[in-house]
Amino acid sequence: MSELEFRKAIRDALDEEIERDPSVVFFGEDVAAPGGVFMTTPGLHEKHGQERVFDTPISELAMAGAAFGAAVTGLRPVIEIMFGDFMALPMDSLVNQSAKYWYVSNEQASVPLVVRSAVGAGGRFGAMHSQIHGTWFQGIPGIKIVGPSNPADAKGLLKSAIRDDNPVIFLEHKRLYSVKGPEPTEETVPLGRAAVVREGGDVTIVSALRGVRDALEAAEELAGDGIEAEVVDIRSLRPLDHETVLRSVAKTNRLMVVEEGTRVGGWAGNLLGIVAAEGLDELDDAWIVATEDTPAPYSPTLEDDWLPGAAEIAAAVRERLGVAARS
Amino acid sequence: MAGTQTERARDRQDQPGESPAEYLERYGRMRLIRRFEEEIQRLFLKGEVHGTTHLSAGQEAVPVGICSALEPDDYVTGTYRGHGHALAKGTDPEALAAEMLGRVTGVCGGRAGSMNVVDLEHGLVGCFGIVGGSIAAATGAAISAQRQGRVAVAFFGDGASNQGYFHECLNWAQVFDLPVVYVCENNFYGEFTPMASVTAGGEIGIRAASFGMQSQVVDGNDLWAVREAALDAVTRARGGDGPTLLECQTYRHYGHSKSDPGKYRPPDEVESWLARDPLDLARARLLDLGLGEDELAAKDAEIDSHMDRAVEGARAAPYPDPAEDRGSEFKG
Repeated sequence: MSELEFRKAIRDALDEEIERDPSVVFFGEDVAAPGGVFMTTPGLHEKHGQERVFDTPISELAMAGAAFGAAVTGLRPVIEIMFGDFMALPMDSLVNQSAKYWYVSNEQASVPLVVRSAVGAGGRFGAMHSQIHGTWFQGIPGIKIVGPSNPADAKGLLKSAIRDDNPVIFLEHKRLYSVKGPEPTEETVPLGRAAVVREGGDVTIVSALRGVRDALEAAEELAGDGIEAEVVDIRSLRPLDHETVLRSVAKTNRLMVVEEGTRVGGWAGNLLGIVAAEGLDELDDAWIVATEDTPAPYSPTLEDDWLPGAAEIAAAVRERLGVAARS
Repeated sequence: MAGTQTERARDRQDQPGESPAEYLERYGRMRLIRRFEEEIQRLFLKGEVHGTTHLSAGQEAVPVGICSALEPDDYVTGTYRGHGHALAKGTDPEALAAEMLGRVTGVCGGRAGSMNVVDLEHGLVGCFGIVGGSIAAATGAAISAQRQGRVAVAFFGDGASNQGYFHECLNWAQVFDLPVVYVCENNFYGEFTPMASVTAGGEIGIRAASFGMQSQVVDGNDLWAVREAALDAVTRARGGDGPTLLECQTYRHYGHSKSDPGKYRPPDEVESWLARDPLDLARARLLDLGLGEDELAAKDAEIDSHMDRAVEGARAAPYPDPAEDRGSEFKG
């Protein structure tokens, strides 16, 4: 069976949607002629031309504002804000323009716009190139936030995001770009729905992006200890699919949420709060594994320790369940 | 420079659209904006308009002159001082008044209020409560406009010329030859602070030069001068020759917002600007062009009656019912 690389899944989704819909335009810094700093968009400019795919100035605020203005007047822009950390710059346009337009205009028009970024730590990029900005936007009504953990979802979610009539923030974890996985079986993956990616009856582990792979690796290890973990890929931070998590917790009665981000102000706490409010009867235990309350460090020893990896996830489950490691 | 424009404007008087009758209509639109602002101020003091308002009385010649050079399907973006932008582009005064009053018949159903009006049917992409937001929205609309044979106009104040939006977007528009006109309504105060004390370089118009962009400083209280400059800029944009920055110098008659009596402005400065009220200037010019006092009086009466009916209709309209309008976060 042929395998799909994550970065090619992103590229193929863009390529196919630009081809399919003449109103889709794609722009960003170094995305056209150079093909993207993570080589996610090579050849798109050559194939689709300057009208559809173009390089921009290093002006994130103008980029988001231009995308907003274009989106409400007939185009469907996809923009690349290269690193998620740079999303602090275009925040006014995204928060005050794109997110509010549909409601405030009394539904005269929506804002079909996708903002892609490479996010996350583990690449030794340091504190200003390693953040995940999903939670910065999670409290803003009117903007969707999604992110895949595997190549098939990367393609299907990005296609759905481009076809969606609302602004969508799309998170691409940079430690996933080289991951290979099965080709998608469906054309699109719906936004706002979590996926159970491994079934188990003892504990529910919810994570996102790269964390899902770590959770799956931990689940393998835990299976050796006699613990069957169910792993849920949340896939969407807004809307937040707590229903899928509630169904899983009804089965396992234990919930661990793993977030590459801090405990306070994170999506993990948000999810845990909703699940506790709506499903407390089902819960015997619930906790969060998060990063330290410092910016992401640079040095490999510090950064690896800062990240919640598979070993830490497995150890946390054993500790809470009172099970010793077999090996 | 301004004299040259005026002469050219006079030369055009025999052309279609340049007759005194056409200017009488534009004068009427200016009076509509003035009367609208007066009514909003009155209703605000009565407690019927809520929150805050930013009135544009004194600045009417800018949006009316600019929009007179546009087609109905061209795009305009405005500011939180945006009632004039909306009315100049064609928004129905009653629907706009109803929006200020928070009524269900408002142009945005009462969801937007004074600062965030959207009226896409008339090409008003939106008014933005954040200083500089209109600049980006018009820049983006110009990307669409470039493909649609249209033009986009951004209205913004002198304060916005010190925002990142201004510098990033003007560079962007010039790089991509976008069909956009940036109209700075320089009323010489950013909120309560004199523009000169926080703005380097003296004029705002000259900032365009660093981008290689065409620009012009315009007497923003002279309807004819504004229209002339707008025609040049819009022609350039529609012809594929890129963006223009117009610095239209004008003055607001009220304070910055409802809570501001404007005491920071020297009385003699205020006096000198009130003596150049754009409506008075337009009236004098129209009389000069041969229109009679009776024609102007008839136009005034028509506008005043229109405004009275608009306010009456807006006040009679119901408030939105929260049980019926919960709104939806997303489309679809």
